[in-house]
Amino acid sequence: MTLWTYLANTMPFLWQGLAMTLYVSGLVVALSLVTGVLVGVAFAYGPRWLRWPLRGFSDIMRGTPLLVVIFSFYYLLPMVGINLQPLPAVVLALALFKTAQVGEIARGAIQSIPRGQTDAARAIGLTFPRQLRYVILPQAVRRFLPPWINSVTDAVKGSSLISLVGIVDLMLAAQQVIGRTYNPLPIYLLAAAIYFVINYSLSVASRRLEARYAFIRE
Amino acid sequence: MADPIVRIAGVKKAFGKTLVLDSIDLDVGRGEVVVIIGASGSGKTTLLRCINVLETYDAGSIKVDGTEVGFRDGTSRRRSEHELSAIRADIGMVFQMFNLFPHLTAVENVMLGLTKVRGLDRDEARTRASKWLVRVGLGEKFDSLPSQLSGGQQQRVGIARAVAMEPKVLLLDEITSALDPELVGEVLGAVRDLARDGMTMIVVTHEMTFARDVGTRVIFMDGGRVVEQGPPRDLLHNPRNERLKSFLSRIEMKTH
Repeated sequence: MTLWTYLANTMPFLWQGLAMTLYVSGLVVALSLVTGVLVGVAFAYGPRWLRWPLRGFSDIMRGTPLLVVIFSFYYLLPMVGINLQPLPAVVLALALFKTAQVGEIARGAIQSIPRGQTDAARAIGLTFPRQLRYVILPQAVRRFLPPWINSVTDAVKGSSLISLVGIVDLMLAAQQVIGRTYNPLPIYLLAAAIYFVINYSLSVASRRLEARYAFIRE
Repeated sequence: MADPIVRIAGVKKAFGKTLVLDSIDLDVGRGEVVVIIGASGSGKTTLLRCINVLETYDAGSIKVDGTEVGFRDGTSRRRSEHELSAIRADIGMVFQMFNLFPHLTAVENVMLGLTKVRGLDRDEARTRASKWLVRVGLGEKFDSLPSQLSGGQQQRVGIARAVAMEPKVLLLDEITSALDPELVGEVLGAVRDLARDGMTMIVVTHEMTFARDVGTRVIFMDGGRVVEQGPPRDLLHNPRNERLKSFLSRIEMKTH
């Protein structure tokens, strides 16, 4: 059997794993985008009673290895009486981990907008939600995108850790094939290539988006 | 003064232990152009920012067209941001650093308040915004981004953005201080036109010629107080207060 037929025969097994990887990453990225932007807005504008617990949450999440967060959710939640299926448990763990990162990125982007922009938005009578929507966030997007896309590629790579709790993603699918064929190197290289293609397309998309938002500042 | 549009009485404000406004009283009549002068740190910009509550004040009263701006009527409870936005819509402000929205074109800068605060539809808003941009001499620049405009042009967009809202009073905060000298004239020209049309204005400036020619009254502030006020020619040419004398002589040295 040549290398190419070996890889071609492997692909059907990997497809399903790839679908799981994309599904989990997509879900985590979408969830954490919503929660992370909310956390960022709360960091930038929220009252102290809201900022402090979020600060604690964010520091703990960002100071803990992702694998530890996943295992904690996977093993700790049942002990406190919360019984989630493995998949929802790891999606929740990944999404919270990512929320902390996205929250910091959003906070930084919002706070990078000069104070005078808020003054001007308030002076024409815009309410706070409209100041955000029409003045602050459109400008913050430009600073938010580059680090956020980086964090999306991190999410795709980080999702490979869910294989360790037995969810068949691209990583575990590859290992299962290897378990039958005892020929690891080509399969790992193939899996690496697939991860690379996903993330490289994201980087390219990111550069296009950045160009679209690259209006020049005064 | 009969029926003033802005009534400031006993306004105090401190930043920490520093008293920046020490019991300010000032009435501004409709159509008046009140020019506030004073050294930096005298509290003039803070006073201006208190009138549209970009800064809160600790005590006293500021009424714009009869409405107390900083506190709920008859109480010492501060207004919510939501209430303040409705009040600010009727008070125009132009800033030293222009503060145009860099992601919007000139006409969109002017339209934003018209559509999102005044509730005009896009066509009406565009018509009104265009009218004001033409009036400040920017008929050719509707679709330029702020970054494509000179400082003087940006500041004229800033003026159009404020007056398009048809405010009851217009606050101008050192609007020519960040401009190259050769661009000051075009901006002050636009302000002169507004004054001629009867716009009520409170102007913080270091342009003494402008104060003399356009102001109906000049206020000199020092150490958070109104130290002297009067008709421009009188106050600028025959200052009585010692601090005003020394302030004016320092300004003279800069301009000559």
